[in-house]
Formats: sequence, structure tokens, C-alpha cells
Amino acid sequence: MSIFYSLLAITVLILIPIVGVGGLGWRYLFGVIIPYAAFGLFIIGIIYRILLWAKVPVPFKITTTCGQQKSLPWIKNSKLEAPPNSFWTAMRMSSEVLFFRSLFRNSKAQLKPGPKLVYGSGILLWLGAICFHYSFLVILIRHFRFFIGPTSKFIEIVSGLDSFFQIGLPILYITDLVILIALTYLLLRRFLSPQLKYISLAADYFPLFLLLCIALSGTTMRYFTRIDIVAVKELGMGLAGFHPVIPDNLSLMFFIHIFLVSSLIAYFPFSKLMHMGGIFLSPTRNMANDNRKRRHINPWNPKVEVHTYEEYEDEFREVMKNAGLPLEKEE
Amino acid sequence: MAKDKIAKPEELADGINYTPPKKDWFDPKVEFVRGRYNYASTPSGLEYLGLPNPRKWQPDQEDWKLPKDWQKIVLKGFKERLAKFRSFKIFMDICVRCGACADKCHFFLGSGDPKNMPVLRAELLRSVYRNDFTAFGRVLGKLAGGRELTVDVLKEWFYYFYQCTECRRCSVFCPYGIDTAEITMMARELLSLIGCTIDWITTPLANCYRTGNHLGIQPHGFKDSIEFALDDLYDLTGLKIEAPINKKGAEILFIVPSADYFANPHYFGFLGYLALFHEIGLDYTFSTYASEGGNFGLFHSHDMAKRLNAKMYAEAKRLKVKWLLGGECGHMWRVVHQYMDTMNGPADFLEEPISPITGTKFENAKSTKMVHICEFTSDLIYHNKIKLDPNRNNHWRVTFHDSCNPARGMGLLEEPRYILRSVCNNFYEMPEDTIREKTFCCGSGAGLGTDENLEMRLRGGFPRANAVKYVHDKHDVNLLTCICAIDKATLPALMDYWVPGVEVGAIHELVGNALVMEGEKRDTDFRGNRFIGPPEAQPKEGKENV
Ligand code: HEM
Ligand code: SF4
Ligand code: SF4
Repeated sequence: MSIFYSLLAITVLILIPIVGVGGLGWRYLFGVIIPYAAFGLFIIGIIYRILLWAKVPVPFKITTTCGQQKSLPWIKNSKLEAPPNSFWTAMRMSSEVLFFRSLFRNSKAQLKPGPKLVYGSGILLWLGAICFHYSFLVILIRHFRFFIGPTSKFIEIVSGLDSFFQIGLPILYITDLVILIALTYLLLRRFLSPQLKYISLAADYFPLFLLLCIALSGTTMRYFTRIDIVAVKELGMGLAGFHPVIPDNLSLMFFIHIFLVSSLIAYFPFSKLMHMGGIFLSPTRNMANDNRKRRHINPWNPKVEVHTYEEYEDEFREVMKNAGLPLEKEE
Repeated sequence: MAKDKIAKPEELADGINYTPPKKDWFDPKVEFVRGRYNYASTPSGLEYLGLPNPRKWQPDQEDWKLPKDWQKIVLKGFKERLAKFRSFKIFMDICVRCGACADKCHFFLGSGDPKNMPVLRAELLRSVYRNDFTAFGRVLGKLAGGRELTVDVLKEWFYYFYQCTECRRCSVFCPYGIDTAEITMMARELLSLIGCTIDWITTPLANCYRTGNHLGIQPHGFKDSIEFALDDLYDLTGLKIEAPINKKGAEILFIVPSADYFANPHYFGFLGYLALFHEIGLDYTFSTYASEGGNFGLFHSHDMAKRLNAKMYAEAKRLKVKWLLGGECGHMWRVVHQYMDTMNGPADFLEEPISPITGTKFENAKSTKMVHICEFTSDLIYHNKIKLDPNRNNHWRVTFHDSCNPARGMGLLEEPRYILRSVCNNFYEMPEDTIREKTFCCGSGAGLGTDENLEMRLRGGFPRANAVKYVHDKHDVNLLTCICAIDKATLPALMDYWVPGVEVGAIHELVGNALVMEGEKRDTDFRGNRFIGPPEAQPKEGKENV
């Protein structure tokens, strides 16, 4: 059911520019207004969400320790997994953000006759996730050439590396291939693994479908229908410089592509894609394991009712006296 | 006893299937099967503590006697907590349902019930969050994964949030560190707002609040237990040992979980502490008012945890000690390490802990001023301050179970191992995926260690037991050591069921066995087993330490 609705949503998203541009010729709307609106929503949405999170206090330091604490000087502290201070906490965060450290631990449990539980490798998910995210990043960086004037050195280097193998014409970008494979894998595991299928919601299929359609429309333009790059640059730089123009020779496929991208960025702040921001704020990962060394303050530390020693002694004075236990008050 | 009705181990394992049903999980109907849930709180404990909605009820009854506006109360509590705990808000928002946590939970591995996958456990709450607190959910409802908070959803919460031991194993594997234990804690707080709690949590709470310990032992009873232990030590070692109680001006206040002085096999570890402190001449005291290290408040609500924990500092202040030392206990150390200072500090009336024997400054505890007994003892051993004869533990072939809280809520991994390697000759680690930060829960933590819940406990403990079986088969391991009172209380039943022939013991039991005390006369360990002497004297070889 969730798969069906996600597919339906994607189909509608593809049909909109087909009707809007192909049928009605609203090129300015789809080339300029919608991208601007989506980008605005993206920026405002992200800021709003982050502020919403940041506003909520962190009452306790609940670091999840994944290694040896710093205690006695002769015991080796696992600094990355149980960070003793903010520097190592930053390192731990970097390992999560850059290398998906925790996902790297992934294993797969299997119950064999015996009964015997064995834990096989679950590294494929990590690999798929890394491949997808880094391809996405590289592709994103490469796209900047459409928005800034003379291409920067950095973008050139990235693009150069990405087309390292120099195969095909136009030359194949490795990430184009990798992202398609990775996304297909991420999608297939949701279809094929019964456990994943069970936990997946429409909100899980939809972004994958959307990203896959974006990648497919993009690669189609580059490798098959051969988009006019000069025209795209004209549009991109116009948008970036706030004097938008709509060149004539942009294909329908291009409008589908940027409408889907607009949908993605508009959807981003209100979806699980916000994990990009959330990962930085996750309290089990972004605090040091120095609880007993540095006191953490809870801004709303409540006053609670306690059972005081005096009340306790009042209740048990008699038996304490008989047992010869010392008392505060004899009476 | 519920135990009779439980299938044989092989049959139980045969019935575990990790493939979820075809139909989606949105239908909240749960069946309360005997052996898989805990009894409801009796009214008296709730009344004593002033907690909401005390009444007679049981989970398997149709009518839970909820307050009329229960839905409003829960949703209001939900909203408040979203505004007070960033953890909760973030964890509600950012799960991508990647499934990395799915097969990391011992309850899922032991039951195959898909709602025991941490991600789905969290979704039980998240679905209501989406429905009531997000724009998409309000508009799209079920399509956006939203569910209305109905009585059935509430019952499902009760069932599954009292089927999570707050062990945090899932959080180790989650790419965003989403900690389902934290979500469970929130869910339990919400449930407790309308009186849907379990008796094994609230009765010990009331006891502890009143008498200072979960078992409800009164001051004179506490003194009796200590004296009983001292008599036993006299019989075992021929030494007259003292253990001060409520002594003002002692250097150290020593707090242990109450099971240590009242239950087996904890008790042998308790004898170990007493022997050790005697041998090194430690100036310490017990307290009757703070006679509980454990804190079942953690399994109920942050407020209850604070109410109970307050006694530690209050008593330290009254007795004018310099610092605190804590015994072997898992959730006690979660509270002490991660909550105590924040909740009830600052402990500016205490001094930064320094070992009076070695002079070591416990820098890592300089604010909270409480030291773990394993930190303390390993420091003694490192500085050669005690004489140990590991041969005295040669009748044990030992493995070590990392208790969840010291492992994942503190990072206390090496200290107990260092001690073990010093006090025994035959120590074998369980497989890597089942120890240290990846350790598997005993299956009975967080207040779930009841008789009526035995089947679920045996299921939840299955991954742990299975790893013990591995070293039992391979290395003849016959003793499972641990540093948690709940472990010690519940692992014996787990071993009997899955790995007969393995006993359970404390680290400080082995310390006590190996400790060569001045003037002692003994030839048995604390359990009365004869020391079998050095390896030469043994029929079997076996000194290959792992
Ligand atoms: C700081 C930046 C980011 C980090 C650290 C990060 C990390 C992760 C991790 C660890 C996963 C789980 C593994 C997986 O299911 O693939 C994930 C999933 C995902 N990420 Fe990111 N991510 C980031 C940014 C983004 C961005 C910008 C997007 C783009 C649109 C994105 C899209 C996704 C999607 C769609 C999934 C789910 C994959 C699935 O359903 O299987 N991420 N991310
Ligand atoms: S591992 Fe984390 S992000 Fe993945 S499904 Fe579990 S809780 Fe969600
Ligand atoms: S905290 Fe432990 S018991 Fe709870 S869901 Fe996570 S792994 Fe399971």
C-alpha cells in the first residue's frame, strides 16, 4: 500500500511538468518561480526545524558509550567511542557524519539449528549508504558549475576525479553509475527483505523513488537526449544572480528534472531527510563521556518530594534504638 | 509456577521466526499471554508515593479503569516531554527506518515478534507523534504513518514498553544514535501519568522511598544482615571483621544494591567486599537510610529516579564522609554516572575522591564524587596493595557478562576484566558480537525480572545464554560473572534453562576467594567449595587465558 501511494505521488510529480510545460507551456513557472519557491521553502524550513530542535533543552548527558571510559591512567581510554572531552566528541561526530561509524558496526543475526545464534556481516547497508551519500555529494558539487560563472578549480578537480576512467561519450561520471546502483540497492532491500518491508512507510519509499527519478532524468539528459549545456548554464546563472531568464532550447526532460529537484528540496525540511541536521544534535553522540568529571546542568531541574532522613528516623527511631544504631535525636 | 508451562528450550527456539507477517503493523491489538507480561501495580505503593490513578486492575482484563480524560492527559504529557527533552524530540523526528537496529534487540532475537524490533517499538510512539504533532500526519493520517491514540494503542504501548529492558544495545548500532531506551523511558512516564505501571517497579519504589531499600528491609533488619554476613566470614576465614553502619565521620560511604546483602549469589560478592575492606583497613560506613544502590525510579520516571537518588548525597552530607563508593550494580551506575550529579548535585560538600590506600586520585569522578568498586579494586591490584592467589579460583572456569548500563552508559569495560585476570587463571571471553558495547542484556532488566514474566525473560535472555553456551561448550566455562544485581538475580534461571551447569557470580566473589588475608584460616571459597590448588595439582590442564 505504501509502495503504491509513493509510486502514485511520483507519477503525479512527473505528470505535472509534462502537462505544465509540455502541454501548457508554462516555462517561466517551472523554470523560475517553482525553483525559487522550493529553495525558499528549503532554507526557511531547515532553519525552522533546526531552531525548533535547538530550542528544546538537553536535561541529561546520556552519551552512549561504545568503548572504554577514561578512568585510571593506566587503562587505555577508547577516545573515539567514549570521548573524554569535547575535542574527542567532535572527532566522534565527524566519524559518524563522514564515515557512518555506527552503521559500520552493522551485523546480521541468524538463528541456526542447535539453537545457535550467529552474527554475520551487515556491511552492505553501510556500503550502499556511503555510496549513495558520497555520490550525491559529488553530483551536488558538480552541479555548481551551472550556477557560478567560470568554473572553479575545486569543481574541476572533483569532476575530473569523477570522470577518471574516461570512458564513453560524453565521458561517464562514475558517481552517476554508483548513485543509480546504490539507490536501486536501497530500494530493493526495502522490497525484498521482509523485515524492512514491514517497517517501511510511504515516507521511506517516496524519497528513494524521488531520488531515483531525479538521477534517471539527469542521466538521460546527459547521456542520451544530450541537453544543451549552454542553455542550462544560462538559466542556472540567471537564477543564482537573481535576474532569471528562460532560454529557448531546454527540453521537457529538463523541466521534469528540475521539477523533481524542486520537489525534493521543498520536501526535505519536513521529512526524514532532516536526519542530515538531526545527526549533529543527537544527545547520545554529541556529548562527552565525562559525566562524573563535569557536572551537566538541567535547566528545568524539578523540585521533587523526598523522604528526608529526619522523617525516616522519626518512623524507625524505636527499632534503630533497640538495634543500637546511632541516632540524630534520642526522642 | 509459570515455569512448568514453558516449552523446552529446543522447542522454544524452534518457534522463533524472524520473518514478520505479511499484513502491516498498524493494527494495535495485542493479546496478553501469560508468561509474557508483568502484573499491574497494586494501589498501595502508588498511594504511598502519591502517584496517579491507584486502583485494582490487570493488563489481561478488558477494562483498565483509565481516567475519563486519559487521552488528554497522555497527549499533554507527550507534548510537555517533547519540549523538555531534546533527545525525545530528535528521536521522534529523524529515524530513517534503515533497519540497522532491527535485529540488535535481544527481545526480537528471542521472540521474533516484529514489534520488538527497536525501530518498531519506537514507531508505536512515533505513529501517535506523527498523528498529533506533525503537519503531514494531521493531514494525511495513516498514509503518513499516523495512528490515533486509542485504548488498543495504549495497551500495545504497555505491552511493548514493558518488553524493553532499556539496555541501549540498539543505540550503539543506530547511525544517529537513536536510543530506544530513551523512548521507552518517555513511554513509561506517559503510562505512569494514568497509572499504567507494573507492580515489580512501583512496590520496590515505595519500599525504597520508605525504608531506604527496594526490599523494604528496616534499619534493624539491615544490621542483622550485615552481622549475619560477618558471622559467615568468621566461619569461613576465622577472622573477626567489622562493618560500621551509620558511622559519622567515616571517610567513605559505601552503597550497594540491597540484593547484595539479601540474595544469592550476590551475597558471595558482598562477603568479598567485606573481606577486602577489612584487609586494606578501609575507613568506611554503610547507611541504613541509603541502603539501596539500585534505583527502580529509573524504570518509572525521571522524577522518581531523582526522589530515590537524593538519599545518597543527603546521607553523605549527614554522615560527613569525604566521598562515595558504589558496589556492583548496573542501573545504579547508569543513574550515578549519568544522572546523579545533574539531578541532585552539586556535591560541593564532598571531597574529590582519593584512594586512601594507593593515593590515586579518581580524576574521572571529581565532580560526582562517587567511585565504582571495580575502579577502586583494580587500582588496588595495579598498585600491588593486596595479595592475591588466583589458584584459589581454579575450580572456576570463568566468563564475564558486561552488564548493559556499565557498558553502554558508562564505558566500564576494562576494569572488571583487569580484576578477573588478576584473581583467576581461567578466563574466557564470549564471542565478540556479544560482549563489551555489544553485550546482550540478561533479558530481565528495567523492572521486568518477575516470575510471571518468565517466558519473556527466557526469550530475551536467549542471545546472552547462547553466547554463554558457546564458551561452555568450547572451554567448559562453569561460572558467569557480572557486576549487576539484576543479572545476578535473573541469570541463574536463564542458565538453568538454556545452559545448565553454569553458575553465576560476582567479580568481588572471586576477589574475595583469591584475597590472601592476614591471619586467615581457610580452605574453601565463599560457597564452601574446596580450593583445588595450583594447576599442577589438577587433573586437567587449562591455563590458556584468552
Ligand atoms: C550530514 C549529512 C548526511 C548524513 C551524515 C547522512 C547519513 C545517513 C545515514 C547514516 C543513513 C542510513 C543508511 C541508509 O539507510 O542509507 C541515511 C539514509 C538516507 N539518507 Fe542521508 N545523510 C546525510 C544527508 C543526506 C542528504 C542531503 C540526503 C538527500 C536527499 C540524504 C538522503 C538519505 C536517504 C534518502 C536515506 C534513506 C535511505 C533508505 O531509505 O534506505 N541524506 N543517511
Ligand atoms: S537504526 Fe536508527 S535510523 Fe535506523 S531504523 Fe533503527 S532507529 Fe531508525
Ligand atoms: S533498549 Fe534494548 S531492549 Fe530496548 S529496544 Fe533497544 S535493544 Fe531492545
